[in-house]
Amino acid sequence: MSMGDRPYKIVIGLEVHVQLLTESKLFCGCSTKFGAPPNTQTCPVCIGMPGVLPVMNRKAFELAVKTGLALNGEIARFSKWDRKNYYYPDLPKGYQISQYDLPICRGGYLDIPAEDGEGTRRIGIIRVHLEEDAGKSMHDEKAGRADSRIDLNRAGTPLLEIVTKPDLHSPTEAKTFLTELKLLLNYLEVSDCNMQEGSLRVDANINLHIPTDDGGHVATPIVEVKNMNSFRAVERALTYEAQRQYEAFLETGHKLGDVPKQTRGWDEDAQITRPQRSKEESSDYRYFPEPDLVPVTITEEELERIRATLGELPAEIRRRLQTTYQITAYDSDVIVNQGRAFVDYYCRLAQGCGDGKMAANWVQQDVLRTLNERQWTIAQFPVSADNLAELLRKVRAGELDTAKARMVFAEMVEQRCSAAEAVQRLGIVQVDEGELRRLCEELVAANPRVVAEVKAGKDKAIGSLVGQAKKRNPNVNPARVKEICLELIQRQA
Amino acid sequence: MTLTRQEIEKVAFLARLILTPEELDEMTGQLGRVLEYMALLNEVDTEGVEPLAHAVEFANVFREDHVEKSLDREVALANAPHRDDECYLVPAVLGDV
Ligand SMILES: [Zn+2]
Repeated sequence: MSMGDRPYKIVIGLEVHVQLLTESKLFCGCSTKFGAPPNTQTCPVCIGMPGVLPVMNRKAFELAVKTGLALNGEIARFSKWDRKNYYYPDLPKGYQISQYDLPICRGGYLDIPAEDGEGTRRIGIIRVHLEEDAGKSMHDEKAGRADSRIDLNRAGTPLLEIVTKPDLHSPTEAKTFLTELKLLLNYLEVSDCNMQEGSLRVDANINLHIPTDDGGHVATPIVEVKNMNSFRAVERALTYEAQRQYEAFLETGHKLGDVPKQTRGWDEDAQITRPQRSKEESSDYRYFPEPDLVPVTITEEELERIRATLGELPAEIRRRLQTTYQITAYDSDVIVNQGRAFVDYYCRLAQGCGDGKMAANWVQQDVLRTLNERQWTIAQFPVSADNLAELLRKVRAGELDTAKARMVFAEMVEQRCSAAEAVQRLGIVQVDEGELRRLCEELVAANPRVVAEVKAGKDKAIGSLVGQAKKRNPNVNPARVKEICLELIQRQA
Repeated sequence: MTLTRQEIEKVAFLARLILTPEELDEMTGQLGRVLEYMALLNEVDTEGVEPLAHAVEFANVFREDHVEKSLDREVALANAPHRDDECYLVPAVLGDV
Protein backbone atom coordinates (compact mmCIF):
# COMPACT_ATOMS: atom_id res chain seq x y z
CA MET A 1 0.00 0.00 0.00
CA SER A 2 1.39 3.37 -0.99
CA MET A 3 2.05 6.10 1.52
CA GLY A 4 0.55 8.72 -0.80
CA ASP A 5 2.28 12.01 -0.14
CA ARG A 6 2.78 11.28 3.56
CA PRO A 7 6.22 10.45 4.97
CA TYR A 8 4.72 7.42 6.76
CA LYS A 9 2.32 4.53 6.29
CA ILE A 10 -0.85 4.55 8.42
CA VAL A 11 -2.07 1.31 10.02
CA ILE A 12 -5.67 1.24 11.24
CA GLY A 13 -7.85 -1.48 12.74
CA LEU A 14 -11.47 -0.86 13.71
CA GLU A 15 -13.71 -2.17 16.46
CA VAL A 16 -17.31 -1.64 15.46
CA HIS A 17 -20.29 -2.18 17.74
CA VAL A 18 -23.69 -2.42 16.10
CA GLN A 19 -27.04 -2.79 17.80
CA LEU A 20 -29.02 -5.74 16.48
CA LEU A 21 -32.52 -5.25 15.11
CA THR A 22 -34.33 -7.28 17.75
CA GLU A 23 -37.53 -6.30 19.49
CA SER A 24 -36.32 -7.42 22.92
CA LYS A 25 -33.02 -7.41 24.81
CA LEU A 26 -30.31 -10.08 24.64
CA PHE A 27 -31.18 -11.95 27.85
CA CYS A 28 -34.61 -10.61 28.90
CA GLY A 29 -37.92 -9.51 27.40
CA CYS A 30 -37.48 -5.74 27.85
CA SER A 31 -38.00 -3.65 24.73
CA THR A 32 -34.99 -2.26 22.84
CA LYS A 33 -36.95 0.62 21.35
CA PHE A 34 -34.98 3.87 21.20
CA GLY A 35 -36.20 7.06 22.84
CA ALA A 36 -38.36 5.74 25.68
CA PRO A 37 -38.41 7.75 28.94
CA PRO A 38 -35.44 6.82 31.20
CA ASN A 39 -35.65 3.58 33.19
CA THR A 40 -38.97 2.41 31.73
CA GLN A 41 -37.48 -0.55 29.83
CA THR A 42 -35.78 -2.52 32.58
CA CYS A 43 -36.44 -5.65 34.62
CA PRO A 44 -34.68 -7.63 37.36
CA VAL A 45 -32.50 -9.42 34.75
CA CYS A 46 -31.11 -6.34 32.99
CA ILE A 47 -30.63 -4.27 36.15
CA GLY A 48 -28.73 -7.09 37.80
CA MET A 49 -30.94 -8.12 40.69
CA PRO A 50 -29.67 -11.16 42.59
CA GLY A 51 -31.09 -14.57 41.75
CA VAL A 52 -32.26 -13.87 38.21
CA LEU A 53 -31.50 -16.03 35.19
CA PRO A 54 -30.64 -14.61 31.77
CA VAL A 55 -32.03 -16.50 28.73
CA MET A 56 -30.55 -16.03 25.27
CA ASN A 57 -32.59 -14.28 22.52
CA ARG A 58 -32.74 -16.68 19.54
CA LYS A 59 -33.05 -13.91 16.97
CA ALA A 60 -29.94 -12.12 18.25
CA PHE A 61 -27.98 -15.35 17.83
CA GLU A 62 -29.29 -15.85 14.29
CA LEU A 63 -28.50 -12.26 13.29
CA ALA A 64 -24.93 -12.73 14.58
CA VAL A 65 -24.54 -15.91 12.54
CA LYS A 66 -26.00 -14.19 9.47
CA THR A 67 -23.45 -11.39 9.80
CA GLY A 68 -20.59 -13.84 10.23
CA LEU A 69 -21.63 -15.70 7.08
CA ALA A 70 -21.98 -12.48 5.06
CA LEU A 71 -18.47 -11.49 6.21
CA ASN A 72 -17.16 -14.86 4.96
CA GLY A 73 -16.14 -15.92 8.46
CA GLU A 74 -15.92 -19.32 10.12
CA ILE A 75 -18.99 -19.83 12.32
CA ALA A 76 -18.18 -21.58 15.60
CA ARG A 77 -20.05 -24.88 15.88
CA PHE A 78 -19.71 -24.36 19.64
CA SER A 79 -19.57 -20.97 21.35
CA LYS A 80 -19.94 -19.84 24.94
CA TRP A 81 -20.47 -16.83 27.17
CA ASP A 82 -18.03 -15.09 29.48
CA ARG A 83 -18.19 -12.39 32.11
CA LYS A 84 -16.06 -9.33 31.53
CA ASN A 85 -15.63 -7.74 34.94
CA TYR A 86 -15.35 -4.02 35.53
CA TYR A 87 -17.00 -1.46 37.77
CA TYR A 88 -18.81 1.42 36.19
CA PRO A 89 -22.07 3.07 37.31
CA ASP A 90 -23.85 2.24 34.04
CA LEU A 91 -23.03 -1.47 34.38
CA PRO A 92 -25.43 -2.68 37.06
CA LYS A 93 -24.12 -6.25 37.43
CA GLY A 94 -20.47 -5.24 37.73
CA TYR A 95 -19.77 -7.40 34.68
CA GLN A 96 -20.77 -7.46 31.05
CA ILE A 97 -21.87 -10.73 29.45
CA SER A 98 -19.65 -11.07 26.40
CA GLN A 99 -17.68 -13.72 24.52
CA TYR A 100 -13.98 -14.17 25.14
CA ASP A 101 -12.27 -17.26 23.77
CA LEU A 102 -15.09 -18.86 21.76
CA PRO A 103 -16.76 -16.07 19.74
CA ILE A 104 -19.58 -16.84 17.33
CA CYS A 105 -17.41 -16.09 14.31
CA ARG A 106 -13.69 -16.00 13.54
CA GLY A 107 -11.92 -14.72 10.46
CA GLY A 108 -13.55 -13.49 7.27
CA TYR A 109 -13.27 -10.34 5.22
CA LEU A 110 -15.16 -7.52 3.58
CA ASP A 111 -14.24 -6.25 0.11
CA ILE A 112 -14.47 -2.48 -0.15
CA PRO A 113 -14.18 -0.18 -3.19
CA ALA A 114 -10.50 0.72 -3.69
CA GLU A 115 -9.50 4.31 -3.11
CA ASP A 116 -8.34 4.80 -6.71
CA GLY A 117 -11.76 3.72 -7.99
CA GLU A 118 -10.34 0.60 -9.63
CA GLY A 119 -11.51 -2.73 -8.23
CA THR A 120 -11.70 -3.63 -4.55
CA ARG A 121 -9.54 -3.98 -1.43
CA ARG A 122 -10.00 -6.96 0.89
CA ILE A 123 -10.16 -5.99 4.59
CA GLY A 124 -9.66 -8.89 7.01
CA ILE A 125 -12.01 -9.52 9.93
CA ILE A 126 -10.53 -11.01 13.12
CA ARG A 127 -13.74 -11.90 14.95
CA VAL A 128 -17.42 -11.20 15.42
CA HIS A 129 -19.01 -11.72 18.82
CA LEU A 130 -22.20 -10.98 20.72
CA GLU A 131 -22.39 -9.02 23.94
CA GLU A 132 -24.80 -6.93 25.96
CA ASP A 133 -24.76 -3.14 26.04
CA ALA A 134 -24.33 -1.05 29.20
CA GLY A 135 -26.66 1.74 30.31
CA LYS A 136 -26.17 5.45 29.79
CA SER A 137 -24.72 7.94 32.24
CA MET A 138 -25.50 11.61 31.85
CA HIS A 139 -23.67 14.43 33.49
CA ASP A 140 -24.64 18.03 33.05
CA GLU A 141 -21.39 19.82 33.75
CA LYS A 142 -22.79 23.21 32.83
CA ALA A 143 -25.50 22.94 35.46
CA GLY A 144 -22.73 22.17 37.95
CA ARG A 145 -24.50 19.10 39.26
CA ALA A 146 -22.63 16.92 41.68
CA ASP A 147 -24.32 13.72 40.52
CA SER A 148 -24.50 11.76 37.30
CA ARG A 149 -27.88 10.38 36.23
CA ILE A 150 -28.09 6.76 35.13
CA ASP A 151 -30.61 5.44 32.59
CA LEU A 152 -30.55 1.65 32.26
CA ASN A 153 -32.95 1.33 29.29
CA ARG A 154 -30.04 0.39 27.05
CA ALA A 155 -28.50 -2.10 29.49
CA GLY A 156 -28.76 -5.59 28.04
CA THR A 157 -29.44 -4.49 24.45
CA PRO A 158 -27.79 -6.94 22.02
CA LEU A 159 -24.61 -5.70 20.38
CA LEU A 160 -22.43 -7.29 17.78
CA GLU A 161 -18.75 -6.44 18.00
CA ILE A 162 -16.88 -6.67 14.71
CA VAL A 163 -13.09 -6.40 14.89
CA THR A 164 -11.03 -5.84 11.74
CA LYS A 165 -7.41 -6.69 11.09
CA PRO A 166 -5.11 -3.65 10.90
CA ASP A 167 -5.62 -3.70 7.13
CA LEU A 168 -6.85 -0.15 6.65
CA HIS A 169 -4.20 2.25 5.42
CA SER A 170 -5.83 5.65 5.35
CA PRO A 171 -8.54 7.58 7.20
CA THR A 172 -10.57 7.64 3.96
CA GLU A 173 -10.28 3.89 3.65
CA ALA A 174 -11.55 3.52 7.24
CA LYS A 175 -14.57 5.62 6.30
CA THR A 176 -15.14 3.59 3.13
CA PHE A 177 -15.01 0.37 5.17
CA LEU A 178 -17.61 1.70 7.61
CA THR A 179 -19.86 2.84 4.77
CA GLU A 180 -19.66 -0.59 3.12
CA LEU A 181 -20.21 -2.42 6.41
CA LYS A 182 -23.24 -0.28 7.21
CA LEU A 183 -24.69 -0.97 3.75
CA LEU A 184 -24.15 -4.70 4.20
CA LEU A 185 -25.78 -4.75 7.65
CA ASN A 186 -28.71 -2.71 6.32
CA TYR A 187 -29.20 -5.23 3.48
CA LEU A 188 -29.00 -8.11 5.94
CA GLU A 189 -31.53 -6.34 8.18
CA VAL A 190 -29.12 -7.01 11.04
CA SER A 191 -28.82 -3.38 12.19
CA ASP A 192 -29.99 0.05 11.11
CA CYS A 193 -26.49 1.35 12.02
CA ASN A 194 -27.88 4.72 13.06
CA MET A 195 -25.00 6.61 14.70
CA GLN A 196 -27.25 9.35 16.10
CA GLU A 197 -29.22 6.78 18.06
CA GLY A 198 -26.07 4.95 19.10
CA SER A 199 -26.82 1.80 17.11
CA LEU A 200 -23.36 1.96 15.50
CA ARG A 201 -20.28 2.92 17.50
CA VAL A 202 -16.72 2.71 16.35
CA ASP A 203 -13.31 2.81 18.02
CA ALA A 204 -10.08 2.79 16.05
CA ASN A 205 -6.60 1.51 16.79
CA ILE A 206 -4.03 3.47 14.86
CA ASN A 207 -0.26 3.74 14.56
CA LEU A 208 2.32 4.60 11.93
CA HIS A 209 5.08 2.77 10.11
CA ILE A 210 7.84 5.28 9.45
CA PRO A 211 10.45 4.20 6.89
CA THR A 212 14.05 3.96 8.08
CA ASP A 213 17.26 4.38 6.07
CA ASP A 214 17.95 0.64 6.03
CA GLY A 215 14.76 0.02 4.07
CA GLY A 216 12.78 -1.20 7.10
CA HIS A 217 10.44 0.79 9.24
CA VAL A 218 9.84 1.82 12.83
CA ALA A 219 6.33 1.56 14.34
CA THR A 220 4.88 4.22 16.63
CA PRO A 221 2.91 3.30 19.81
CA ILE A 222 -0.68 2.18 19.14
CA VAL A 223 -3.38 4.61 20.21
CA GLU A 224 -7.06 3.76 20.60
CA VAL A 225 -9.28 6.61 19.41
CA LYS A 226 -12.80 6.83 20.83
CA ASN A 227 -15.76 9.17 20.85
CA MET A 228 -16.16 9.57 17.09
CA ASN A 229 -19.80 10.31 16.36
CA SER A 230 -20.02 10.12 12.57
CA PHE A 231 -18.14 8.52 9.69
CA ARG A 232 -16.78 11.96 8.84
CA ALA A 233 -15.59 12.34 12.41
CA VAL A 234 -13.75 9.00 12.04
CA GLU A 235 -11.97 10.27 8.94
CA ARG A 236 -11.04 13.57 10.55
CA ALA A 237 -10.01 12.11 13.90
CA LEU A 238 -7.70 9.57 12.22
CA THR A 239 -6.20 12.19 9.93
CA TYR A 240 -5.48 14.36 12.95
CA GLU A 241 -4.18 11.46 15.04
CA ALA A 242 -1.79 10.22 12.33
CA GLN A 243 -0.15 13.60 12.00
CA ARG A 244 -0.05 14.00 15.80
CA GLN A 245 1.73 10.66 16.15
CA TYR A 246 4.24 11.64 13.47
CA GLU A 247 5.05 14.88 15.23
CA ALA A 248 5.20 13.13 18.63
CA PHE A 249 7.61 10.59 17.15
CA LEU A 250 9.88 13.31 15.76
CA GLU A 251 9.87 14.94 19.19
CA THR A 252 10.17 11.95 21.55
CA GLY A 253 11.37 9.08 19.37
CA HIS A 254 8.95 6.76 21.22
CA LYS A 255 8.43 3.46 19.43
CA LEU A 256 5.83 0.73 19.83
CA GLY A 257 6.42 -0.90 23.22
CA ASP A 258 8.19 2.11 24.78
CA VAL A 259 5.00 3.45 26.39
CA PRO A 260 1.70 1.79 27.45
CA LYS A 261 -1.17 1.80 24.97
CA GLN A 262 -2.97 5.11 25.16
CA THR A 263 -6.66 5.94 24.77
CA ARG A 264 -7.59 9.27 23.24
CA GLY A 265 -10.99 10.85 22.66
CA TRP A 266 -11.98 12.87 19.62
CA ASP A 267 -13.06 16.39 20.53
CA GLU A 268 -15.45 17.38 17.74
CA ASP A 269 -15.53 21.07 18.70
CA ALA A 270 -11.77 21.49 18.90
CA GLN A 271 -11.11 18.96 16.07
CA ILE A 272 -8.34 17.28 18.05
CA THR A 273 -7.82 14.05 20.01
CA ARG A 274 -7.19 14.34 23.76
CA PRO A 275 -5.82 11.76 26.21
CA GLN A 276 -8.61 9.91 28.05
CA ARG A 277 -8.63 8.19 31.35
CA SER A 278 -9.32 4.57 30.50
CA LYS A 279 -12.00 2.71 32.44
CA GLU A 280 -9.61 0.21 33.97
CA GLU A 281 -6.13 0.63 35.28
CA SER A 282 -5.20 -2.17 32.94
CA SER A 283 -7.11 -4.37 30.57
CA ASP A 284 -7.51 -6.80 33.41
CA TYR A 285 -11.14 -7.71 32.96
CA ARG A 286 -10.75 -11.06 34.70
CA TYR A 287 -12.85 -12.91 32.14
CA PHE A 288 -14.39 -16.16 33.27
CA PRO A 289 -17.11 -18.45 31.86
CA GLU A 290 -20.67 -17.25 32.52
CA PRO A 291 -22.25 -19.93 34.74
CA ASP A 292 -25.84 -18.67 34.15
CA LEU A 293 -25.84 -19.33 30.39
CA VAL A 294 -25.32 -22.63 28.62
CA PRO A 295 -23.18 -22.81 25.47
CA VAL A 296 -24.60 -22.46 21.96
CA THR A 297 -24.08 -25.03 19.23
CA ILE A 298 -25.11 -24.94 15.60
CA THR A 299 -25.55 -27.73 13.10
CA GLU A 300 -24.76 -27.72 9.37
CA GLU A 301 -28.49 -27.75 8.60
CA GLU A 302 -29.14 -24.68 10.74
CA LEU A 303 -26.17 -22.91 9.16
CA GLU A 304 -27.53 -23.63 5.68
CA ARG A 305 -30.98 -22.43 6.68
CA ILE A 306 -29.52 -19.11 7.86
CA ARG A 307 -27.26 -18.87 4.80
CA ALA A 308 -30.37 -19.14 2.63
CA THR A 309 -31.75 -15.96 4.24
CA LEU A 310 -28.77 -13.78 3.26
CA GLY A 311 -30.22 -12.71 -0.09
CA GLU A 312 -28.17 -10.95 -2.73
CA LEU A 313 -25.57 -8.69 -1.11
CA PRO A 314 -24.51 -5.18 -2.18
CA ALA A 315 -21.26 -6.14 -3.93
CA GLU A 316 -23.01 -8.84 -5.98
CA ILE A 317 -25.87 -6.51 -6.88
CA ARG A 318 -23.46 -3.82 -8.12
CA ARG A 319 -21.78 -6.35 -10.38
CA ARG A 320 -25.11 -7.65 -11.67
CA LEU A 321 -26.43 -4.16 -12.47
CA GLN A 322 -23.24 -3.27 -14.34
CA THR A 323 -23.26 -6.40 -16.49
CA THR A 324 -27.01 -6.79 -17.02
CA TYR A 325 -27.91 -3.16 -17.66
CA GLN A 326 -24.59 -1.78 -18.92
CA ILE A 327 -24.42 0.98 -16.35
CA THR A 328 -21.30 2.45 -14.74
CA ALA A 329 -19.84 1.46 -11.37
CA TYR A 330 -20.81 4.89 -10.10
CA ASP A 331 -24.45 4.53 -11.17
CA SER A 332 -24.72 1.04 -9.71
CA ASP A 333 -23.26 2.36 -6.45
CA VAL A 334 -25.83 5.16 -6.16
CA ILE A 335 -28.68 2.74 -6.84
CA VAL A 336 -27.45 0.03 -4.42
CA ASN A 337 -26.90 2.64 -1.67
CA GLN A 338 -30.64 3.36 -1.72
CA GLY A 339 -31.47 -0.14 -0.48
CA ARG A 340 -32.99 -3.34 -1.76
CA ALA A 341 -36.46 -1.96 -2.60
CA PHE A 342 -34.91 0.78 -4.72
CA VAL A 343 -32.75 -1.76 -6.56
CA ASP A 344 -35.88 -3.81 -7.33
CA TYR A 345 -37.62 -0.68 -8.64
CA TYR A 346 -34.67 0.14 -10.88
CA CYS A 347 -34.44 -3.40 -12.30
CA ARG A 348 -38.14 -3.51 -13.16
CA LEU A 349 -37.89 -0.08 -14.77
CA ALA A 350 -34.79 -1.00 -16.78
CA GLN A 351 -36.45 -4.18 -18.04
CA GLY A 352 -39.73 -2.40 -18.74
CA CYS A 353 -38.26 0.44 -20.75
CA GLY A 354 -35.48 -1.56 -22.38
CA ASP A 355 -32.70 0.95 -21.69
CA GLY A 356 -30.68 0.47 -18.49
CA LYS A 357 -28.70 3.70 -18.83
CA MET A 358 -31.85 5.77 -19.37
CA ALA A 359 -33.55 4.07 -16.42
CA ALA A 360 -30.46 4.77 -14.26
CA ASN A 361 -30.58 8.47 -15.17
CA TRP A 362 -34.27 8.75 -14.37
CA VAL A 363 -34.11 6.99 -11.00
CA GLN A 364 -31.05 8.95 -9.92
CA GLN A 365 -32.37 12.33 -11.02
CA ASP A 366 -36.15 12.58 -11.14
CA VAL A 367 -37.14 9.75 -8.83
CA LEU A 368 -34.51 10.38 -6.14
CA ARG A 369 -35.10 14.11 -6.21
CA THR A 370 -38.82 13.60 -5.71
CA LEU A 371 -38.24 11.13 -2.87
CA ASN A 372 -35.93 13.62 -1.15
CA GLU A 373 -38.27 16.57 -1.63
CA ARG A 374 -41.30 14.71 -0.29
CA GLN A 375 -39.43 12.66 2.31
CA TRP A 376 -40.82 9.49 0.79
CA THR A 377 -39.37 6.01 0.68
CA ILE A 378 -39.50 4.16 -2.62
CA ALA A 379 -42.37 2.12 -1.19
CA GLN A 380 -44.39 5.32 -0.81
CA PHE A 381 -43.57 6.58 -4.29
CA PRO A 382 -46.85 6.83 -6.26
CA VAL A 383 -45.41 6.08 -9.72
CA SER A 384 -44.91 2.35 -10.16
CA ALA A 385 -41.90 1.06 -12.09
CA ASP A 386 -44.29 -0.21 -14.78
CA ASN A 387 -45.93 3.21 -15.18
CA LEU A 388 -42.59 4.99 -15.34
CA ALA A 389 -41.40 2.41 -17.88
CA GLU A 390 -44.40 3.31 -20.05
CA LEU A 391 -43.32 6.97 -19.95
CA LEU A 392 -39.70 6.14 -20.83
CA ARG A 393 -40.86 4.01 -23.76
CA LYS A 394 -42.70 7.06 -25.11
CA VAL A 395 -39.49 9.07 -24.83
CA ARG A 396 -37.50 6.36 -26.59
CA ALA A 397 -40.09 6.18 -29.38
CA GLY A 398 -39.75 9.93 -29.91
CA GLU A 399 -43.33 10.57 -28.85
CA LEU A 400 -42.20 12.90 -26.07
CA ASP A 401 -39.13 15.05 -25.69
CA THR A 402 -37.34 15.18 -22.34
CA ALA A 403 -38.89 18.48 -21.29
CA LYS A 404 -42.40 17.19 -21.92
CA ALA A 405 -41.57 13.86 -20.30
CA ARG A 406 -40.59 15.74 -17.13
CA MET A 407 -43.97 17.53 -17.15
CA VAL A 408 -45.73 14.19 -17.61
CA PHE A 409 -43.65 12.69 -14.77
CA ALA A 410 -44.63 15.52 -12.42
CA GLU A 411 -48.29 15.02 -13.36
CA MET A 412 -48.01 11.28 -12.72
CA VAL A 413 -46.60 12.01 -9.24
CA GLU A 414 -49.35 14.55 -8.47
CA GLN A 415 -52.30 12.61 -9.89
CA ARG A 416 -50.96 9.14 -9.12
CA CYS A 417 -51.88 8.13 -12.65
CA SER A 418 -50.45 6.30 -15.67
CA ALA A 419 -48.29 7.98 -18.30
CA ALA A 420 -51.09 7.85 -20.91
CA GLU A 421 -53.53 9.48 -18.51
CA ALA A 422 -51.04 12.19 -17.56
CA VAL A 423 -50.36 12.93 -21.25
CA GLN A 424 -54.09 13.31 -21.79
CA ARG A 425 -54.61 15.44 -18.68
CA LEU A 426 -51.86 17.82 -19.75
CA GLY A 427 -53.46 18.11 -23.19
CA ILE A 428 -50.30 17.00 -24.89
CA VAL A 429 -51.56 16.04 -28.28
CA GLN A 430 -49.36 13.64 -29.99
CA VAL A 431 -48.45 14.69 -33.51
CA ASP A 432 -48.87 11.95 -36.06
CA GLU A 433 -45.63 11.03 -37.86
CA GLY A 434 -47.15 11.72 -41.33
CA GLU A 435 -48.33 15.16 -40.24
CA LEU A 436 -44.92 15.92 -38.75
CA ARG A 437 -43.19 14.91 -41.98
CA ARG A 438 -45.50 17.16 -44.09
CA LEU A 439 -44.76 20.10 -41.79
CA CYS A 440 -41.00 19.55 -42.11
CA GLU A 441 -41.24 19.29 -45.90
CA GLU A 442 -43.06 22.63 -46.03
CA LEU A 443 -40.46 24.29 -43.82
CA VAL A 444 -37.52 22.95 -45.83
CA ALA A 445 -39.17 24.15 -49.06
CA ALA A 446 -39.94 27.60 -47.63
CA ASN A 447 -36.47 28.29 -46.18
CA PRO A 448 -33.83 27.88 -48.91
CA ARG A 449 -31.34 30.12 -47.06
CA VAL A 450 -31.40 27.93 -43.97
CA VAL A 451 -31.08 24.84 -46.12
CA ALA A 452 -28.02 26.31 -47.85
CA GLU A 453 -26.39 27.13 -44.51
CA VAL A 454 -26.96 23.62 -43.22
CA LYS A 455 -25.50 22.18 -46.41
CA ALA A 456 -22.48 24.44 -45.91
CA GLY A 457 -21.89 22.67 -42.60
CA LYS A 458 -23.62 25.07 -40.21
CA ASP A 459 -25.79 22.49 -38.49
CA LYS A 460 -26.89 25.07 -35.93
CA ALA A 461 -28.94 26.85 -38.56
CA ILE A 462 -31.49 24.04 -38.27
CA GLY A 463 -32.64 25.64 -35.01
CA SER A 464 -34.58 28.23 -36.96
CA LEU A 465 -36.65 25.48 -38.62
CA VAL A 466 -37.34 23.84 -35.25
CA GLY A 467 -38.45 27.21 -33.88
CA GLN A 468 -40.86 27.75 -36.76
CA ALA A 469 -42.25 24.22 -36.38
CA LYS A 470 -42.94 24.79 -32.67
CA LYS A 471 -44.72 28.05 -33.49
CA ARG A 472 -47.00 26.30 -35.96
CA ASN A 473 -47.68 23.32 -33.73
CA PRO A 474 -46.61 23.48 -30.06
CA ASN A 475 -47.03 19.73 -29.70
CA VAL A 476 -44.22 18.73 -32.02
CA ASN A 477 -41.18 16.95 -30.64
CA PRO A 478 -38.27 19.33 -31.40
CA ALA A 479 -35.71 16.54 -31.53
CA ARG A 480 -37.79 14.63 -34.06
CA VAL A 481 -38.32 17.81 -36.18
CA LYS A 482 -34.57 18.33 -36.28
CA GLU A 483 -33.98 14.72 -37.31
CA ILE A 484 -36.54 14.81 -40.14
CA CYS A 485 -35.40 18.21 -41.47
CA LEU A 486 -31.74 17.12 -41.50
CA GLU A 487 -32.68 13.95 -43.28
CA LEU A 488 -34.69 15.89 -45.90
CA ILE A 489 -31.86 18.38 -46.49
CA GLN A 490 -29.26 15.64 -46.81
CA ARG A 491 -31.45 13.84 -49.31
CA GLN A 492 -31.52 17.02 -51.44
CA ALA A 493 -27.77 17.07 -51.73
CA MET B 1 1.55 -20.84 44.02
CA THR B 2 1.32 -17.85 46.35
CA LEU B 3 0.08 -14.33 45.92
CA THR B 4 2.03 -11.16 46.59
CA ARG B 5 0.70 -8.23 48.53
CA GLN B 6 0.89 -6.14 45.32
CA GLU B 7 -1.36 -8.60 43.52
CA ILE B 8 -3.91 -8.40 46.34
CA GLU B 9 -3.74 -4.60 46.18
CA LYS B 10 -4.45 -4.69 42.48
CA VAL B 11 -7.34 -7.14 42.77
CA ALA B 12 -8.78 -5.02 45.59
CA PHE B 13 -8.52 -1.93 43.39
CA LEU B 14 -10.24 -3.69 40.49
CA ALA B 15 -13.03 -4.76 42.86
CA ARG B 16 -13.19 -1.21 44.28
CA LEU B 17 -12.41 -2.46 47.80
CA ILE B 18 -10.43 -0.38 50.24
CA LEU B 19 -8.41 -2.64 52.54
CA THR B 20 -6.47 -1.67 55.63
CA PRO B 21 -2.83 -2.85 55.83
CA GLU B 22 -3.92 -5.57 58.29
CA GLU B 23 -6.70 -6.72 55.96
CA LEU B 24 -4.24 -6.78 53.06
CA ASP B 25 -1.98 -9.12 54.99
CA GLU B 26 -4.90 -11.29 55.99
CA MET B 27 -6.24 -11.48 52.41
CA THR B 28 -2.80 -12.23 51.01
CA GLY B 29 -2.66 -15.30 53.24
CA GLN B 30 -6.29 -16.40 52.78
CA LEU B 31 -6.50 -15.98 49.00
CA GLY B 32 -3.06 -17.58 48.68
CA ARG B 33 -4.35 -20.68 50.46
CA VAL B 34 -7.41 -20.78 48.14
CA LEU B 35 -5.08 -20.73 45.15
CA GLU B 36 -2.87 -23.44 46.64
CA TYR B 37 -5.94 -25.58 47.11
CA MET B 38 -6.98 -24.98 43.50
CA ALA B 39 -3.44 -25.82 42.40
CA LEU B 40 -4.14 -29.38 43.51
CA LEU B 41 -6.30 -29.69 40.41
CA ASN B 42 -3.25 -29.07 38.25
CA GLU B 43 -1.89 -32.42 39.35
CA VAL B 44 -4.66 -34.24 37.50
CA ASP B 45 -3.58 -35.54 34.10
CA THR B 46 -5.94 -33.86 31.59
CA GLU B 47 -4.16 -35.11 28.49
CA GLY B 48 -6.79 -35.75 25.81
CA VAL B 49 -9.69 -34.39 27.88
CA GLU B 50 -11.94 -31.80 26.17
CA PRO B 51 -12.13 -28.51 28.10
CA LEU B 52 -15.48 -28.09 29.81
CA ALA B 53 -17.28 -24.86 28.89
CA HIS B 54 -20.11 -25.34 31.33
CA ALA B 55 -20.92 -27.60 34.25
CA VAL B 56 -24.37 -28.39 32.84
CA GLU B 57 -24.28 -30.85 29.99
CA PHE B 58 -26.70 -29.21 27.61
CA ALA B 59 -26.72 -26.31 25.18
CA ASN B 60 -29.02 -23.99 23.23
CA VAL B 61 -31.50 -22.65 25.73
CA PHE B 62 -33.24 -19.87 23.84
CA ARG B 63 -36.17 -17.55 24.25
CA GLU B 64 -38.08 -16.12 21.29
CA ASP B 65 -37.67 -12.43 20.51
CA HIS B 66 -40.87 -11.19 22.15
CA VAL B 67 -41.21 -8.07 24.27
CA GLU B 68 -42.48 -8.65 27.77
CA LYS B 69 -43.65 -6.10 30.26
CA SER B 70 -40.84 -4.22 32.00
CA LEU B 71 -40.80 -3.08 35.59
CA ASP B 72 -42.69 0.00 36.55
CA ARG B 73 -40.10 2.77 36.92
CA GLU B 74 -41.12 3.46 40.50
CA VAL B 75 -40.49 -0.19 41.33
CA ALA B 76 -37.16 -0.26 39.51
CA LEU B 77 -35.91 2.84 41.32
CA ALA B 78 -37.40 1.92 44.70
CA ASN B 79 -34.22 0.57 46.28
CA ALA B 80 -31.84 3.16 44.87
CA PRO B 81 -29.96 5.03 47.64
CA HIS B 82 -30.14 8.20 45.52
CA ARG B 83 -32.54 8.99 42.71
CA ASP B 84 -34.59 11.69 41.05
CA ASP B 85 -37.93 11.32 39.24
CA GLU B 86 -36.42 9.40 36.33
CA CYS B 87 -32.92 8.20 37.08
CA TYR B 88 -30.53 6.61 39.52
CA LEU B 89 -28.10 9.20 40.86
CA VAL B 90 -24.45 8.33 41.38
CA PRO B 91 -21.37 10.39 42.25
CA ALA B 92 -20.26 12.31 39.17
CA VAL B 93 -18.88 10.23 36.32
CA LEU B 94 -16.36 12.52 34.67
CA GLY B 95 -13.50 12.34 32.25
CA ASP B 96 -15.00 9.60 30.16
CA VAL B 97 -17.62 10.77 27.75
ZN1 LIG C 1 -34.86 -6.52 31.21
